[in-house]
Amino acid sequence: MNLRKYLVLAGVSVFAPVGDSLLSYGMKQVGNISLRDLPDLLLAITNPWVGLGIVMLLGFFASYMTALSWADLTYVLPASSLGYVLLAMIARFGLHERISLTRWIGIALVSSGVGFVTSGPEVTKRPRPRVADDHAAAEHS
Amino acid sequence: MIRHAMSNLNAWLAILFVVLSSCAGDVLLSRAMKQIGDLGQWRARRGLLFVGLLITRNRYFLLGVVCMAIAFYSLLFGLSWNDVSLIGPAAASLTFVANAIAARIFLHEHVDRRRWAAALLVAAGVVLMGL
Repeated sequence: MNLRKYLVLAGVSVFAPVGDSLLSYGMKQVGNISLRDLPDLLLAITNPWVGLGIVMLLGFFASYMTALSWADLTYVLPASSLGYVLLAMIARFGLHERISLTRWIGIALVSSGVGFVTSGPEVTKRPRPRVADDHAAAEHS
Repeated sequence: MIRHAMSNLNAWLAILFVVLSSCAGDVLLSRAMKQIGDLGQWRARRGLLFVGLLITRNRYFLLGVVCMAIAFYSLLFGLSWNDVSLIGPAAASLTFVANAIAARIFLHEHVDRRRWAAALLVAAGVVLMGL
């Protein structure tokens, strides 16, 4: 792991919760959508908060794709969940919201999960294909 | 009363769809990215446009995006019926566990005790943070 890879994981962590929060705010303005009016979901993206949320989620998607190109799915998902902790910290210290004991325990669990997975290897080591080995051997001989 | 039950039913239906479709999407996208290789190295060697073409021509990527779109609209549907404090943590925590199972079966990832512990700790933590 190098700085670039940590920054990519940070991008995944930050863009996802911010995007979800913006979508939630926007959808509260749009109102309930029943199963009979499902096409209305397509119009929901015209709400500016939903639109901004989608832009944030595109940033998440780009970082996520990059992370998956060099790390396992079971590494990227827990490692990038620090965003939940970040959101709680913003709520506590930025917005001065009260955080309950249950939430603090949740923060501790998420942080320890992130610590667990990031202390291990980021990708499953696989044996090199035989064909590739044969080619390499032929080049050396 | 009926409206409250309907709201909960729709919310959990949405959560089920979010979990299944985002899990399928994650597995497909992960497979696509493993086929392509390190995007940073591709970008350095061939440029951003080439990377874009490489990704969008991969069929696993395209299928993954379709699954993610289904997950996204299921999430929007769920959010229109219930609070993000229920939909977000429930969908996220169940997705962590479902992904660990799916990655082991379909991607043959080595999900050792450390990764299981991480997935379960994060899933439990996300639920507690949403309470």
